[in-house]
Amino acid sequence: MLSVSSLNVFHGNLQVVWDLSFRVNKGELVTMIGPNGAGKTTTVETIVGLNRKATGSVVFDGEPILGKHPNELFSKGLALVPEKREIFPSMPVIENLRLGGMGNKDPEAALARIFRLFPVLQERERQEAGTLSGGEQQMLAIGRALMSEPRLLILDEPSTGLSPLLTGQVFRSLEQLGREGMTILLLEQNVRNALAMCDRGYVLENGRIVQEGNSRELMHDARIQKAYLGF
Amino acid sequence: MTETLALTGVTKQIGGLTAVNNVDMTIGDGQIVGLVGPNGAGKTTLLNIISGMISPTAGKVSFLGEDITGMKADRICRKGIAKTFQIAESFPNLSAEQCVMIGILFGNHHAPGMRQAETEAREILDEVNFPREKTGTLTRNLNVVELKRLQLARALACHPKLLLLDEITTGLNPSESNEAVGLIRKIRDNGTSILIIEHVMSVIMGVSSRIVVLDHGEKIADGHPHDVVNNQRVIDTYLGDIDAF
Repeated sequence: MLSVSSLNVFHGNLQVVWDLSFRVNKGELVTMIGPNGAGKTTTVETIVGLNRKATGSVVFDGEPILGKHPNELFSKGLALVPEKREIFPSMPVIENLRLGGMGNKDPEAALARIFRLFPVLQERERQEAGTLSGGEQQMLAIGRALMSEPRLLILDEPSTGLSPLLTGQVFRSLEQLGREGMTILLLEQNVRNALAMCDRGYVLENGRIVQEGNSRELMHDARIQKAYLGF
Repeated sequence: MTETLALTGVTKQIGGLTAVNNVDMTIGDGQIVGLVGPNGAGKTTLLNIISGMISPTAGKVSFLGEDITGMKADRICRKGIAKTFQIAESFPNLSAEQCVMIGILFGNHHAPGMRQAETEAREILDEVNFPREKTGTLTRNLNVVELKRLQLARALACHPKLLLLDEITTGLNPSESNEAVGLIRKIRDNGTSILIIEHVMSVIMGVSSRIVVLDHGEKIADGHPHDVVNNQRVIDTYLGDIDAF
């Protein structure tokens, strides 16, 4: 579904992603892990069209998409939960969600599902989004991305700011979405949960993929355990 | 003995919502206290009350025996309470060093000259392991870890006696978090008491001498970390299945 090859990305004159190649197959749950500053966010921002200083190839559903605009990619079924949430603070919660559902033929069904996952968003649907607590804003960012029922959902650290209880719930609901056929690319610092949930993983360090494999192998790899699981 | 911080009956109503409800708590000299609770429980609001960013609607905040309730944030900062923020924002077009200098020049009473502020800024950035080659980099070009370290440095620049940390390790992976734990302990050992909000339980358990739990604005537990994480109400409302973490 998504195939990235020989991707190089630049911030000004500084190259931050080097010759990156990876793929996400239809229906797969794939995680990308790595320390902060490794280039994970830059990579997904490039995929969704937010960062166009790049060379190489990104193919989504058989079509080259590198350099296309984010709105066009969004209508093709790509949605991102951004690291910094990027909600619209002075708009009510419900309008933030509805914006995410533009283009979805049945936004009510999506909305009902999101309210089941995050009941607090329903309780606060009329409230300005900027008045939500940090964790609630994170729920809103995830909910907004789910409103479009995307074909490929990319999440940049969705567990940020969520309580342990809620983190567990979010991971379980992502798994459920995966079982229902959604394709997911997950960037996470909560490496243990990410590997437990996903089929395969890539390890990104200093802008390069240094390791890849199925999640079980990665979880039992001594280097990964030491560097990312805190053993 | 005077507590570093003592809250009595602190309450904050925002519209119809009681964000913080009748909270009592203390932080002793040199203590690290962890503040946890479900999302929207009122943790950040409580930190904002202590740092003077908002005033409580009822109750009293005492710092080193002095009533500071309702005092403005800049005065509270000069008295010795500094805070970091959940989202690591900084002045985008200033260098890391300049950001820390602002804290040194305006955040406390010793008001050194520019030259000395510059030297101090570098020392503080060193102390938080900020990369030396990036002290001149504009903050908009820094990554998450660097911004977190910068935030910490900026808070330390005020020479706080009480440091309020709002999710300082959020977004860090477990090894990066372990480093942060070491740093937090070092700051405490240098004589600063700390109140820390964090969802990463390994961090909270690793540094806190006590844990306070809020739920719907109310304090539901306060005690030794091991007792708190085995408290059934805390498990039900906050932790869920702790084995998963």
